[in-house]
Amino acid sequence: MVEYSVFSLISNALSGHKNWGRAWRDPEPKKHYDVIIIGGGGHGIASSFYLAKNHGIRSVAVLEKGWLGGGNTGRNTTIVRSNYMLDENAHFYEKSLQLWEQLSHELNFNVMFSQRGVINLIHSDSQMDAFTRRGNTMRLNGIDAELYDREQVRRFLPYLDYSKNARFPIYGGLLQPRGGTARHDAVAWGLARGADRQGVDIIQNCEVTGFKMQGNRITAVETTRGEIGCGTVGLAVAGHTGHLAAKLNMKLPIESHILQAFVTEPIKPMVDTVVTFGAGHFYVSQSDKGGLVFGGDLDMYNSYAQRGNMPMIEHVMSAGVAMMPNLSRLRVQRHWGGIMDMSMDGSPIIGKSPIDNLYLNCGWCYGGFKATPGSGWGFAHTIANGKPHPLNAALNLDRFRLGRTVDERGAGPYPNRH
Amino acid sequence: MIRISCPYCGLRDHDEFTYIGDATKNRPTDDASDEDWFNFVYIRDNPRGPHQEYWQHIQGCRAFVKVLRNTLTHEVLATGLPGDVLSNKISEGKNEPSAK
Repeated sequence: MVEYSVFSLISNALSGHKNWGRAWRDPEPKKHYDVIIIGGGGHGIASSFYLAKNHGIRSVAVLEKGWLGGGNTGRNTTIVRSNYMLDENAHFYEKSLQLWEQLSHELNFNVMFSQRGVINLIHSDSQMDAFTRRGNTMRLNGIDAELYDREQVRRFLPYLDYSKNARFPIYGGLLQPRGGTARHDAVAWGLARGADRQGVDIIQNCEVTGFKMQGNRITAVETTRGEIGCGTVGLAVAGHTGHLAAKLNMKLPIESHILQAFVTEPIKPMVDTVVTFGAGHFYVSQSDKGGLVFGGDLDMYNSYAQRGNMPMIEHVMSAGVAMMPNLSRLRVQRHWGGIMDMSMDGSPIIGKSPIDNLYLNCGWCYGGFKATPGSGWGFAHTIANGKPHPLNAALNLDRFRLGRTVDERGAGPYPNRH
Repeated sequence: MIRISCPYCGLRDHDEFTYIGDATKNRPTDDASDEDWFNFVYIRDNPRGPHQEYWQHIQGCRAFVKVLRNTLTHEVLATGLPGDVLSNKISEGKNEPSAK
């Protein structure tokens, strides 16, 4: 497997880029693995990478029903941030952000992580108070945050609507300068290559169809490519958690919902940060190819369809134009939907399950992408040690039964409101 | 657009409705166990396929409507009043309101 460097780039350029080797193998499944991770998205692959790298567990397979990163890893808006207020979330996502800052070097693969900042707009006095509190809390937790007033926002984002007619007048903004975006496919590819180089088998086109149980343990995973024996199983299948949990007679505090996102035709550089407009449910950034990448709210009803509906498209567009009137002349080039594993408190679950050797990594709601390295790092620790790391200990499944929910938004047990 | 048949108003676009949630969950009695309340508040079947759910016709007659809908295809299989027992067979292909 070739090490990427300026020298390998030059030598391959001289031979017309015809001799690049595979970035990772395409192995046949073995009869048994110590750890099987179900789900070859960012979280599953990151888990296998850290299992091998940090914990020396190399008999690991990642089973993916389709192709690598073809689910939500390829269906998000690539935003990375750690602007959380509750301790249980803040420290975990900050760890994830710190891993992002090192990820390209760690993987010898450019994941194009760009810390261009993430700003939340503020539209009222009460929001100003709430965001001041959030910013102060973040800074006390060692996370960067800067509160901007209206004039500072105007200098930073001159293309928003500051007119008297603005539906939601801009009072200010809370900026996390270290937030930003990453190239989502590169994250999947870089992690896959990194895991593969340490002996992890990444097995694509391998759908899990059932489980072989003995007592309260899973002894083998049944797949479309045969039965595979296992020591431990990690489930990292995001929106499809409910479907696989049903095969294990397990019910979870999760509903699957559809979230849509969009990209416009490419334009000259305009949006050099990530702008989120909570009042209208809209967030936007600009990709390196020039397309404006944006999204909005859930379609609000349970769905496994990976495609959404027109009313929410109209809602997102109108919210976008309300904030950024110059959007109205742009054409949308592509749009897609992903299945979100909405948990009952809006926070993820990384930890043990009621089954002895099964670990859960789910409930990411619409915030899974930014957690990719942190989730893998914490999940690998949890699987390797049989107990969670302190940073993800509070994000356990039992918290619902015990009433210790981590409800960042204070929305209660309504998954479509987080 | 999903089209939902309101028992009072007939076939309407789903953006006239607000999604309420899983219709298989029944509120436990006040003296029910913690486990019953935990199941009611937090635990969902979350099926990939037919799902019984409540929608409220918030921009119409404001009635609660029970809907049997396939979560994989978004196809509405049956609709009725909250007390109705919906089955796939009632309205195979057709999206008729319940008899009430």
